[in-house]
Amino acid sequence: MSETPVIALSGVSRVYELGAERIQALRSVDLVVQKGELLAIIGPSGSGKSTLMNVIGALDTPSGGSYQIDGQAVSGLSDDQLAQVRNQKIGFVFQSFNLLPRQSALDNVALPLRYAGYSRAERRAKSERALRRVDLGDRLGHTPEQLSGGQKQRVAIARALVTEPAILLADEPTGALDQATGKEIIELFLRLNREEGVTVVLVTHDPQVAARTRRVVTLVDGRVVEDGPPKGGS
Amino acid sequence: MSLFEHLSIAFDSIRNSPVRTFLTTLGVLIGVFAVILLVGLGDAVQTYVLDTFAGVGSNLLQVHAGRQETRGFQPSSGNSRNKLSLRDYEALDKRGLLLDGVSPVVLGSSELRLGDLRRNVVVFGVGPRYLELRNLAIGRGRFLEPEDLDGRRRVVVIGETIVGELFGDDKSPLGATVYLGSTPYRVVGVTQKKGKTFGFDMDDLALIPATSAQDLFDIETITHLLARAKDKNTVEPAIEEVGELLADRRGGTIDFTIYSQDDMMEMVNRIMGTLKFFLGAIASISLLVGGIGIMNIMLVSVKERTREIGVRRAVGARWRDILLQFLVEAVVVSVLGGLAGVALGAVVIRIVAHFQPDLPVGLSLENVVMALGFSAAVGIAAGVVPAMRAADLDPVEALRYE
Repeated sequence: MSETPVIALSGVSRVYELGAERIQALRSVDLVVQKGELLAIIGPSGSGKSTLMNVIGALDTPSGGSYQIDGQAVSGLSDDQLAQVRNQKIGFVFQSFNLLPRQSALDNVALPLRYAGYSRAERRAKSERALRRVDLGDRLGHTPEQLSGGQKQRVAIARALVTEPAILLADEPTGALDQATGKEIIELFLRLNREEGVTVVLVTHDPQVAARTRRVVTLVDGRVVEDGPPKGGS
Repeated sequence: MSLFEHLSIAFDSIRNSPVRTFLTTLGVLIGVFAVILLVGLGDAVQTYVLDTFAGVGSNLLQVHAGRQETRGFQPSSGNSRNKLSLRDYEALDKRGLLLDGVSPVVLGSSELRLGDLRRNVVVFGVGPRYLELRNLAIGRGRFLEPEDLDGRRRVVVIGETIVGELFGDDKSPLGATVYLGSTPYRVVGVTQKKGKTFGFDMDDLALIPATSAQDLFDIETITHLLARAKDKNTVEPAIEEVGELLADRRGGTIDFTIYSQDDMMEMVNRIMGTLKFFLGAIASISLLVGGIGIMNIMLVSVKERTREIGVRRAVGARWRDILLQFLVEAVVVSVLGGLAGVALGAVVIRIVAHFQPDLPVGLSLENVVMALGFSAAVGIAAGVVPAMRAADLDPVEALRYE
């Protein structure tokens, strides 16, 4: 355990104030994720999964506690620095893909590289490689409209991979897909984790998805109530 | 992220919705078109008028009846009891030491008849020096002489337009008798072709002795006096001299006004300046409307692309990347509209130039740069609010937006 953890949350809380109401979305969450792990965060809706994901993804900052990603403290970073953390350390995969509609797969995958300041040629080379990693090397010029749901999610995964981030952070990645396609996408995450050592955090409410991982963190009412290998299932 | 990257993003977005972009640019397009056209025409008219004055000669003075306290050219002929007379002309002609040529002018119009051919002409009753004062020249025959004036002779010098219409190309008009009203006049000369000045055909006039014109129109006064200072540097002393000579004849009363070319140029410049200002103001209003149009569409666009903004923020776009994305897009759209407006303006100016060859209309680089500068400014002004709104979006909220 001498290696720096990819994610180190300690005593993290997140409080929203909606008018007079105080909503405690996260209560003193401790979570350490090592490099190469594959874990699922599960919990009923309203349990704080999304908030936790946003905090891990540096889209949101904790109200209390400390958070380090890849050894770098996130608390107290400026807006620009948070953007840089998202750009370099995080690869987001969303439930609804969130691809730019009229741009080719290649351009969609290259988007993070634009903000990282790569040249056109570098962007192209890296994006092509990323698309090949998700078996879409033959769909470079296709726009999202011309792709199936599964293919769209693969493009989104390629976009998340293209900057070689510390973690792949996927929010209900199978939520918008049929069961068979969803399975393929999960297989892809498993393969990336197994073969390339990519650290993957899946946020899901689907127990079947969670069962495929090696570690399940269960969130209830903003607290981690369980953290261990998946129960039952396979 | 470089500006080039932002431009490339803006062009992507524009390519994605060409119809909307076109409609968005329409306001600026029309605005810039109006600026280009109106300011261009204003410039052309001003240049034209000033060139015309320069052609007349800058040391020319005009004396009109009536006292005009303010500077600037506002000829009034009816409000004075003591009008100008031929004796004023004689006084200036004989005693004006600083003057190089004086001519009375009696203006009127009359029917001109040759056999069965009749037409109306503008009649200038003038003195023998008139032609040179106005930079005109005699083409055939001779011009009016002092004896014609003294003898109230019925002689006329006509322009080529009249010659062409009445005599055709082969018959010589010299020596022919034409009628002005019911009086027969002998044609003694034809002026050299001059073309139009202020839209007035200088070849379409009849010049007769001022005395004869007074008989023709049955008046004893003259319309105005033309006098030329010896050179440019003596214009002011010449004005003084003319003033003194005329005042002497009136027992000190000053009931006339002397205008120099400088006064008239100043007046033209002032009028044209005002005109251009108002034309520019009208055009600016259309640019303003165009800007509001862009702002409107950009606000809608930010709303529609909330998700996209969230995604961009999630993959690493900074606040200023989003700000610049929308700001650059607004400016690009606006400048595209400006370019189209310039192009349309250029086409219309060419058409105007085709139908009005006398008017020196053209597209000056200065006006093009100004118009494009304006459209860029409109783009920035219209883009700031939507761009700020886009950049200020909370990434989490933006990603959740349906």
